[in-house]
Order: sequence, then C-alpha cells, then structure tokens
Amino acid sequence: MNVGPEPLLRVHGISKAFGGVQALSGVSLEIARRSIYGLIGPNGAGKTTLFNVITGFIAPDAGTCTLDGRRLTGEPVHRVVQLGVARTFQNIRLFHQMSALENVMVGMHARSTAGALGAVLRTRRVRDEEARMEAAAHALLERVSIAAHADAPSGSLPYGLQRRLEIARALASSPKLIALDEPAAGMNASETASLRELIDALREDGTTVLLIEHDVRLVMGLCDRVAVLDHGQLIAEGVPAAVQSDPAVIEAYLGAPAAPVATAVR
Amino acid sequence: MLGSIYALVALGYTMVYGILGLINFAHGEVVMIGAMIAISVIVAIGTGSGLPAPAVMIAGIAVAIPACMLLGALLERIAYRPLRDAPRLTALISAIGMSIVLQNVAMIVWGRQYISFPPLLPNEPHAVLGATVTGTQVLIVALTVVLMGALLLLVHRTRLGRAMRATSQSPALAGLMGVNVDRIIMFTFMIGSALAAVAGVMIAGYYGQAHYHMGFMLGLKAFTAAVLGGIGNISGAMLGGLALGVIESLGAGYIGALTGGFLGSHYQDVFAFAVLIVVLVFRPSGLLGERVAERA
Repeated sequence: MNVGPEPLLRVHGISKAFGGVQALSGVSLEIARRSIYGLIGPNGAGKTTLFNVITGFIAPDAGTCTLDGRRLTGEPVHRVVQLGVARTFQNIRLFHQMSALENVMVGMHARSTAGALGAVLRTRRVRDEEARMEAAAHALLERVSIAAHADAPSGSLPYGLQRRLEIARALASSPKLIALDEPAAGMNASETASLRELIDALREDGTTVLLIEHDVRLVMGLCDRVAVLDHGQLIAEGVPAAVQSDPAVIEAYLGAPAAPVATAVR
Repeated sequence: MLGSIYALVALGYTMVYGILGLINFAHGEVVMIGAMIAISVIVAIGTGSGLPAPAVMIAGIAVAIPACMLLGALLERIAYRPLRDAPRLTALISAIGMSIVLQNVAMIVWGRQYISFPPLLPNEPHAVLGATVTGTQVLIVALTVVLMGALLLLVHRTRLGRAMRATSQSPALAGLMGVNVDRIIMFTFMIGSALAAVAGVMIAGYYGQAHYHMGFMLGLKAFTAAVLGGIGNISGAMLGGLALGVIESLGAGYIGALTGGFLGSHYQDVFAFAVLIVVLVFRPSGLLGERVAERA
C-alpha cells in the first residue's frame, strides 16, 4: 500500500451501504501525486460509489478521504471542488442548454470570484475576469481539440466530443485530482487512442488522474498503479503487471481460479 | 404600463420556478410589503422636509429594495429550504402559508385601510402620437426596460448568471462545478424580491394607494403572465407580462362596447384568468416555454 512519502489522496476505511447492500466495505488506498491511478472491477463492484464518496457526492457511513492532508469527507460538494477534486461521469452529464464554451466557464466557477454586486455594476475587475475566463475556456477547448465547437449547444455535439467537453469542464476548476468515470465507454479505437494521449498529457502537466475504466488494455497500458474492487472490497492493489497476475483478480473476473488473466480480461 | 408591472413581478415567479420548480405564491406579498415600506419611508421624510420629489421617491425605493431582498432571503431560508427535498405540494402549501402570514403581518403593522401614496409623481397628461400618457407611465415603462435589460445581462453574461442557469438545469451537477447551490438559490430569491419591491412602488405610485391585500390579485396576475410566457423562461415572463397588460387594458376598454354596456370595465380581472385557462388548456408550456410539460 505504500506509494511514497506523501500521497495526494488518501482514502481510509471507506464503507457505504445502500439499504441491505454493502456497496463498499473498509476501502483504503493512496494515490501518489502526478500519477495515473486505475480503478477496475466487475460491474457492481462499487467503483462509481467510491468515486461518489471521494467527490463528496454521497457521504460514506464510515471512513475519510483527505486531499493534500485536508479532509474532504463531510464537506459540501462545492467545497470539495474548491479543494481540488473534479470529475466526469459515466453517463455524460453536461449542461445541454449551454454552449460548449459556457459549460467550461461554469466549470471555472470555483476558481473565479466575481460577486453579485460587481456582476450587476459591471466593474472593471469583473469585466477583466470575464475576459480572462473566456480566454482560458477557449484554451481548454483547444486542449481537448474541440475549440471549433465552442459556440455549439453542448447537447448537439457528437458523443466522443461530449466526453472531451466533460473533461475540459472538469479541468476548468484547475483540479489537483481529476476523476474520470469510464471516459472511454462507447469510444471507437481511434477515439480511445487520442483519449489516452490526452490523459498522458494531463499527467505531464502535473495533474493526478483517477481512472475508472472497463477497457483493461487502456488501464494496464496507462496507469502507474491499479486497484481492483469486487463486492465493495479492495481485493488487489499494485503496479499493473502484479495486479494482472493476482489470483484474486483472476477469480473475481472469471468466477474461478483458471487461466492467466491476460486472456480473460482482454 | 400595467403590463410592465406584471412583467417585473412575473420575473420573480419565473426565476424561482426555473431554479426550484416551485411556485412561490408568497411573491405577491413581497410586492405589497415593498409598496408599504416605500410609502412609510416617503411619508416619514416627505412631509415638509423640503427635499425634491424625485429624491424622496428614490429614498423610498432605496429602502424598499434591500428590505424586500432580506424578506425574500428569509422566505427561502425559513419556508422553502427545509422543504427542498419534500414533495412539491408541501412546498406549495408552505408558500400559501407564508402568503397568509405576510398579509396578516402587513395588516397588523399598516392597518386594514387603504394607505395613500403621496402625490409625488407627475400626473399631468401629455399627448404623444395620438395617445395620452402621463409622466408616471413613461417613468414606469422606462424603468422596467432598464431593469429587464440589466437582468438579461446578469443572467446571460456573468459568472453568477451562469451559475444560476447551471443550477436551474441540474443543481447536483452545478454543485460539482463548485457552485454553492444554496447561495445561488437564495440569491435568486433576492433578485426576484428586489424586482418585486420596484414593482410594488410602481403600482402604489400609479394607483396612488396601497393595501395589505393588494399583493394577492397582483400575484395571481403576474403568475398568469409567467405561465403565458412559459414559466421558467425569463424572456417569456417579460413577454407574458406585457401581453397580459395589453390584453387586460384592451379588454377592459372595449368590453362595454362589445356587450352593449351589459358588462363594464370592472370585469377587467376576468381577462387575466380567461387567458390563464386558455393557455393551460391549449399551450401549457406558454409562448416561449419548452420544458414545462415534463416538470409539471
């Protein structure tokens, strides 16, 4: 479990039950700064629940998450964003009635300050901030290669571009940790390849990435470390190669000890 | 003219509905309280102070606006926020309850009689292009246009407006963007209430009087205007308010002639509610609305 002196995110003893279903039981993990951390597991293993707990979307029954030593658990959602965690969704969730550019600008909310009075009076400072935000939002759209669609209503964009827009919107809050929930879902091979480049580039820029993904090849090729959840429990954690040959992982995916996972999960 | 007042009040209904899906039936009472406070201030400083009339008028509005914003914020905090996750009907009942409470408070504070608005506004008629208008009317329309422009600018061109629109589309998602949803909702109530205060002063100034019960009918008509325009839609509220004002004025003006004197202009109120029924039956989403069907 030890991944270095000072992890960016520390998840400690998280448990969460929905009615009689124990979605997470005592999950602990640590994510190192500037790493790409993969979270995999069969359907219903609790991956998205863990995401929701980390991002403050739901409160855990027990356990804590800390980012850079600051406690996230118990903070309202908008504070968690301000502290530096941004996310995307498995089923894309954009503000459909806004343009792509506006979606990104909403994402910057946590990093901008213009208040009510200034907004009404259109002070110099507010106008400058608006201009800066717009420029920064354009830059982010460039970054994910959808700048050409800046003014299109987000709901009208093709699926792959909506995914990219969601990532741009998450990046807009200048997060320390960006959590991507199945970003490659529904993407074809070339879209997945460019997504992979994008995620790699994020790490280069100093952002830490937490990735839930079903595309095992993507996870194993991209991630520095991987955690495997099954029935709400962490059954394996480590570098991809070690996790891949872990008997518990093979059993979780196949239901019985059997052939090497390489054939099972590809 | 009447339409611009309806429009201002309708904006309060429509903004709150857009963000919470709640019809704030106490909104008409906020208008009434605004009018009452403004009159109190104007009467208090107006008699023999020697200040010019516009300054006294502005002082009245300047007190009424923050008072109403505070009232709107309190309403949200006390009557609606605890019920945010409750069934919609519960919040609606709470709104009607607050409306009754505010009426009664006003009755206790200002009494049951009509309170007259000091004649500060220019009322001599001018002929413009064949129509007769007074300075007050021109003032009301001009002020409404300015306020609406400012509101559109706020909602579509600023960080706060973006946060409001984001919250209205999905509060949970807006929270994940770092938007403090509670604060945005309270802010929405405050803006609506500020507009209501202005509308209250306008209508009291126009009719020259105010009454603890004045918010009830005005609120219903503004609600009608909001539905007519498409509730939840800001431009719709503006359009609906203006349209309703015109329909009412023309209807009241011509009903006598059309019915051979059988029905007179005191049937004015019928038109607003006839419009409400027609809209609800034939186009429940309103003139500019799209989303109401799934929401209602």
